[in-house]
Amino acid sequence: MIEVKNLKKGFGDKLVIKGVDATMQAGKCNLIIGSSGSGKTVFMKCLVGLFEPDEGEILYSGQDLVTMTDEQRKETRKQIGMLFQGSALFDSLTVEQNVMFPLDMFTKDSYQDKLKRVNEVLDRVNLKDANKKFPAEISGGMKKRVGIARAIVLNPKYLFCDEPNSGLDPQTSLVIDQLIKELTTEYNITTVINTHDMNSVMEIGDNIIYMYQGEKEWEGNNKEIIFNKNEKLNSFIFASEFLKDAKDMRMLEVKGKIDNDRNMDELLNSDEDVLNS
Amino acid sequence: MKLFTETGRYLLMLKGMVSKPENGKMYWKEFMHQCSDIGIGSLGIVVIISFFMGAVSAVQTAYQLVSPIIPKSTIAQIVRDTVILEFAPTLVCIVLAGVVGSKIASELGNMRVSEQIDALEIMGINSKAYLVMPKILAALLVIPMLVVVSAGLGILGGRIAGTASGILSATDYTKGLLQNFTPYNVFFAMAKSYTFAFFISSIPAYYGYNVSGGALEIGRASTKSVVVSCVLILMADYVLSALLL
Ligand SMILES: Nc1ncnc2c1ncn2[C@@H]1O[C@H](COP(=O)(O)OP(=O)(O)OP(=O)(O)O)[C@@H](O)[C@H]1O
Ligand SMILES: [Mg+2]
Repeated sequence: MIEVKNLKKGFGDKLVIKGVDATMQAGKCNLIIGSSGSGKTVFMKCLVGLFEPDEGEILYSGQDLVTMTDEQRKETRKQIGMLFQGSALFDSLTVEQNVMFPLDMFTKDSYQDKLKRVNEVLDRVNLKDANKKFPAEISGGMKKRVGIARAIVLNPKYLFCDEPNSGLDPQTSLVIDQLIKELTTEYNITTVINTHDMNSVMEIGDNIIYMYQGEKEWEGNNKEIIFNKNEKLNSFIFASEFLKDAKDMRMLEVKGKIDNDRNMDELLNSDEDVLNS
Repeated sequence: MKLFTETGRYLLMLKGMVSKPENGKMYWKEFMHQCSDIGIGSLGIVVIISFFMGAVSAVQTAYQLVSPIIPKSTIAQIVRDTVILEFAPTLVCIVLAGVVGSKIASELGNMRVSEQIDALEIMGINSKAYLVMPKILAALLVIPMLVVVSAGLGILGGRIAGTASGILSATDYTKGLLQNFTPYNVFFAMAKSYTFAFFISSIPAYYGYNVSGGALEIGRASTKSVVVSCVLILMADYVLSALLL
């Protein structure tokens, strides 16, 4: 679990993150959504310590990352896996070597064992036959998947993904989302995902934080988000006429159900998947 | 003022790079990789310039020494000393500042801009230690070796040019080489090489590591690092000559 308290971060005299409180739960996919430039990447980089926040606390299981000693920070980071928005693969290494890199650095396993593990994770992200290729020789979507493979190869306790499925086709996107979700519940990982992909939001949003110009504007889960009353959030989610229509249709449909047999609150609090029932 | 902040940040980087390696084997691998990159990578250019600088200094020395009283073998002696004292360490290091320096700066700059350095940090690796230290150590090992090779080739170049153009005979040349040889000159050349090697690797590493922005900044950092390290090499050349000779 990661708790963020009153996080502020600016560049020069421009405040980008304006005092955000949030809790990232273990075993859940914590999504940060928001339009381009709303500060998602900066927020995530503060969480992992790549940017020093101007103010606020970031508690990893109760321990503040900001005030940790270098050694403690190093130890915490060994439990972190991160996928960067631009993948950040090492150019001089092949796909296989990229994924193996954390293993080389932090384990004493034999080459055979490491290779087995590498192939295992590459398999999980649906990447085969690319082992010997260099990052410059594979597509953007493949890079993303290699990035994920590298992030999870050491079984992290905390997983950060900056736009894991931007640049992926809807199908691969779904595969990646499902994979992240599976890993998260399977190993009880605290997963934080930046995204503006509504498919992911609906698929895996256990805990959604909507950022608007550096502030937390709304928080909830994927059941609540459809029925939210927040204007800014709604104009963000239902940006196109098509989606707006689709939502209205759905609302009517669901509403009929609610009026008929139960009230809205009850429905929202139940575990039943409203939209798919 | 800016000079002080830059120097301070540079020293902080050097300090930050000293830490216990996370995994000695990986650091060793990176070190060996850098040695071959810097050494083998610039061997070709070093061979070419050394040979010609020896040849040029033989021909020009002969041109300036017109007096019949001075024995021909003196030419060889002068070639030997200028090559060892100045040409091999300084000229080669200036060229290496361009070849090796721009490579280090752009490599690190690219890693910074494409977030590869951040990726290392996130894994819990001290990126300064892993990326910068092996480069500096490799330069300190390999560049003095290149200087020695260069001195040898320079002297050989002088001999070939001298005999080919009929300035002096091979025996005169060999005789001259053995006259009044001061081993201290070699020590001086080595002292210079180590100092310059440190500049050639650490200055570009500093500029490359601290690139911010995009691809344009990488080019700028690489140019700046070459300029700064050349100036520092020449200044240090003067200081060391004043101190040690
Ligand atoms: N290193 C930096 N220096 C100065 N300003 C920055 C820096 N990084 C980000 N910003 C500013 O912070 C704001 C938020 O940027 P951020 O990258 O977090 O957006 P984002 O929500 O991740 O957008 P996207 O969805 O496009 O990735 C932007 O206005 C940007 O100009
Ligand atoms: Mg972003």
